Amino acid sequence: MRTSSLIRLSVNGEQHEVAAPMSKTLLEVLREDLALIGTKHGCEVGECGTCAVLLDGQPVLSCLVLPCEIEGSDVTTVEGLAKGGRLDPLQETFADLGAAQCGYCTPGILLVARALLDEDPSPSREAIEEALGGNLCRCTGYLKIFEAIEMAASSSGEEERAHAAD
Amino acid sequence: MPQTEFNIIGRSLRKVDALDKCTGQTLFADDIALPNMLHARLLRSTRPYARIRSIDISAAEAMEGVNAVLLGGALPITFGILPVSQDEHTLAIETVRYVGEPVAAVAAVDEETAEEAARAIRVDYEDFTPVMSIPDGVTDTDNPIHSYAEAGNIHKSVALDFGDTDQALADADLVLDDRFFYQGNTHLPMEQHAAVAHARPDGKLVLWSSTQTPHYVHRALERVLEMPAHRIQVIATPNGGGFGGKSDPFSHEIAVAKLSLMTGRPVKIALTREEVFYCHRGRHPVLMRSRLGLRSDGTITGMQFETILDGGAFGSYGVASTYYTGALQTTTYHIPAYRFRGARVFTNKPPCGPKRGHGTPQPRFGLEVQLDKAAERLGMDPAELRLRNLVKPNSLTANWLRIRTVGLRQCIEKVVEASGWKDKHRKLPFGRGVGLACGCYLTGAGLPIYWNNMPQSGVQLKLDRSGLVTIFCGSTDIGQGSDSILAYIVAEILGIEPDATRVLTADTDLTPVDLGSYSSRVTLMTGNAAIEAAERAREILFESVSAKLEVPSERLVAAGGRIFDSADPKVHVEFARAVQLAEARHGMVGTIGSYKPPASDARFKGGGVGPSPTYSYSAAVIEVEVDPETGIIVLEKVWVTHDIGRSINPMLVIGQVEGSIYMGLGEALMEEQEFRLGVHKTPSMLDYKSPTSMDMCPIETILVGEPDPQGPFGAKEVGQGPLLPVPPAVSNAVYDAVGVRVDEIPVTPERILEGLRRKERGGDPRVGPDNLPEVHYRDGLHVSPPWEGGDGTASERPDYARKGV
Repeated sequence: MRTSSLIRLSVNGEQHEVAAPMSKTLLEVLREDLALIGTKHGCEVGECGTCAVLLDGQPVLSCLVLPCEIEGSDVTTVEGLAKGGRLDPLQETFADLGAAQCGYCTPGILLVARALLDEDPSPSREAIEEALGGNLCRCTGYLKIFEAIEMAASSSGEEERAHAAD
Repeated sequence: MPQTEFNIIGRSLRKVDALDKCTGQTLFADDIALPNMLHARLLRSTRPYARIRSIDISAAEAMEGVNAVLLGGALPITFGILPVSQDEHTLAIETVRYVGEPVAAVAAVDEETAEEAARAIRVDYEDFTPVMSIPDGVTDTDNPIHSYAEAGNIHKSVALDFGDTDQALADADLVLDDRFFYQGNTHLPMEQHAAVAHARPDGKLVLWSSTQTPHYVHRALERVLEMPAHRIQVIATPNGGGFGGKSDPFSHEIAVAKLSLMTGRPVKIALTREEVFYCHRGRHPVLMRSRLGLRSDGTITGMQFETILDGGAFGSYGVASTYYTGALQTTTYHIPAYRFRGARVFTNKPPCGPKRGHGTPQPRFGLEVQLDKAAERLGMDPAELRLRNLVKPNSLTANWLRIRTVGLRQCIEKVVEASGWKDKHRKLPFGRGVGLACGCYLTGAGLPIYWNNMPQSGVQLKLDRSGLVTIFCGSTDIGQGSDSILAYIVAEILGIEPDATRVLTADTDLTPVDLGSYSSRVTLMTGNAAIEAAERAREILFESVSAKLEVPSERLVAAGGRIFDSADPKVHVEFARAVQLAEARHGMVGTIGSYKPPASDARFKGGGVGPSPTYSYSAAVIEVEVDPETGIIVLEKVWVTHDIGRSINPMLVIGQVEGSIYMGLGEALMEEQEFRLGVHKTPSMLDYKSPTSMDMCPIETILVGEPDPQGPFGAKEVGQGPLLPVPPAVSNAVYDAVGVRVDEIPVTPERILEGLRRKERGGDPRVGPDNLPEVHYRDGLHVSPPWEGGDGTASERPDYARKGV
């Protein structure tokens, strides 16, 4: 058995203390120690984008991050996308357009899309394609995902978010 | 497609599980954690083909935290998806047949300990020379991979003749003789396979697994564990993608079940991405030869078609796959006489099986590229050539497949129109081109995998006095939306909204049998069963409401959450009230519906593969830009038409079309499984190239068709068919762009450059295989086509078997 250390991390704005080996990845800590199983895994070696979460708003692959590297940063997982019982506009548009088929890559893609829209509230199709370049999806052919991000970008929810950030 | 007569059918509604999936709430197999659960790992073979001299597990057993070590000898009974190829052991006994074959299993307190223990197991192998190619597999051997093979490493050969093809080709004005190769590729679902087993103290075994076919896993567990089926419960968790890759019972599922029985504790296994490549069961590499006869007006006179499949190390669906490489060649164009020769060889690679399109994309590639060549030789437009040969609705093919509705004419005409085909084909500047191809696919295999007379699908309804309707069905949602389809259909018939239903699926204890999510069968079969169950429920409700309202049943309508008098809609009861009335009158309200496909017309051996209640049709035009300096293909746009019959939910239909096109483009352009020295060259998502968001091009989807009487509300399949035109359309487009014929999938830049070099040197600008190795076919069967007065039975013609293609 590996020796555990006390790891402190902030997830979705909540502080957690976890006793885990230092070599445990953020992905493993999220899923196994914090039971935040909305974060999925497709390869666990940084090749597919499935386990993407946000670190201070920026997408990272949680399978390549060690919790000890990120003390003082806040992690956002799919469980943290909805605010005050209100879904993120992306969650609504992904549901409306059928952008989640099997839904396995969806949490990672939603978070990458969230980071994109936070940076650029009305991204071009090219910018969306590029932002998702590291997230594999085998079901949709990506097109409905692009459309759902564009729809969320043009929705009132997105404007409200932008205003709230002002 | 007029869809206004319905309330739910034809609407692009959210899927019933859409928000769960968009909020991370969906529980996939690896998300399950039970108290006191152990974790399992498998030790897999590092040798492609070897005898196991000995296995030393002492170090693994001695490790702290290890609860059980399992070897093959503890599970001597074989399994396999097809009754004719029960050739897999849970863990290898005596022989390993591919790198990645499971050899031992360990259960430990955590995954890392299980992994360390598996690594501590020492296996002493005696290596054999592996068989790694189709030519190797056809060669005689004194050390066959399986002793039950037909001859040497030839697993199965098929020789079928429908009419006199030699005469048909002699009668032709033009005979084309082409060879093609279609490389193997894999499903690559985003979710790695995972399973949790729980041997409960009451003697019940529960298995949760990411499987498309819980019913067949149930049967495999019953067989291998020698437990009564009623004591085994298999629950298919929502699949994080399947595409055919989770349709077999797998070693890891049986191993965790056994480990749980051994330890009395729940045991979980989650495969690594590398292991998923070893599970495989994907696209067979296929070598093909096709001889096609045409008259000068473009009419097809006959076809002789041969396929040799590289099957990998086990049977899997391979016998069916072999037949499928021949069966659907007749369902798009009228082929008056047809010869099929097919053989599958065992090789020392992960087993091949069903991937989206199961055995049909390879021959479809050959046929559609050959038609492109034929059109050029005859000076015809490729679309016109196809239109001239369309199969007729409500007809039988040469191989006795019953064709129902055919939307192929509309498919071709509309895709030609939308794409501007006539202004582009043979008219674009060098480097840019368009290609056209068509396809056809089953809407469900007509016969179950193990032959029987029982229904293939059942749906049970429980109507609650709250107004909720619970729908129970054995089907498995693999992302295609099968749970939603059940809700839409039941809601339509009972006049309620889908949110007044609860769908409970894929649990062998709680839901009626459905055979699984394969062969594009689910919407049609579960849909028809759901219609039967819902109509029975509506009848019960109408009878009770009729008595209450004193309105004849025939005048009652269920819609908008109410049951009302069509003559006076104000006279009504709310749906929940109707259920209460029925309960008061008859007791609790529940119904069941079931579905069995119509009997097949084919009565010859092998005629069980190919029949379907009805067939879908597709056509695609793909426009590409090819850089003659680099050979790199840039996709400009895909136009696709699909004969869906009637869409139950157009948004989900288009989602399936786009996903199929995407997957077809991956196969056509880059995805390939190659091996070196017996080892998979690319068992990772980085090395196995698949299209990313940046590789995709726009897709314009046009849905066509008329409601098919066989389908629920007229619906036909969509999950697989639209993939089929893609690889040949890409190859045809490349030819149109740069004049290079790539008779091989994938169409890579290297192959295009090779063709351009040959063209420059004045040679044949074709890249593809030259010859097929000679196969000795046996058991030749001759079947007279329907138009020659046959009855669908065969006569044995060993002399025909010797006739090749």
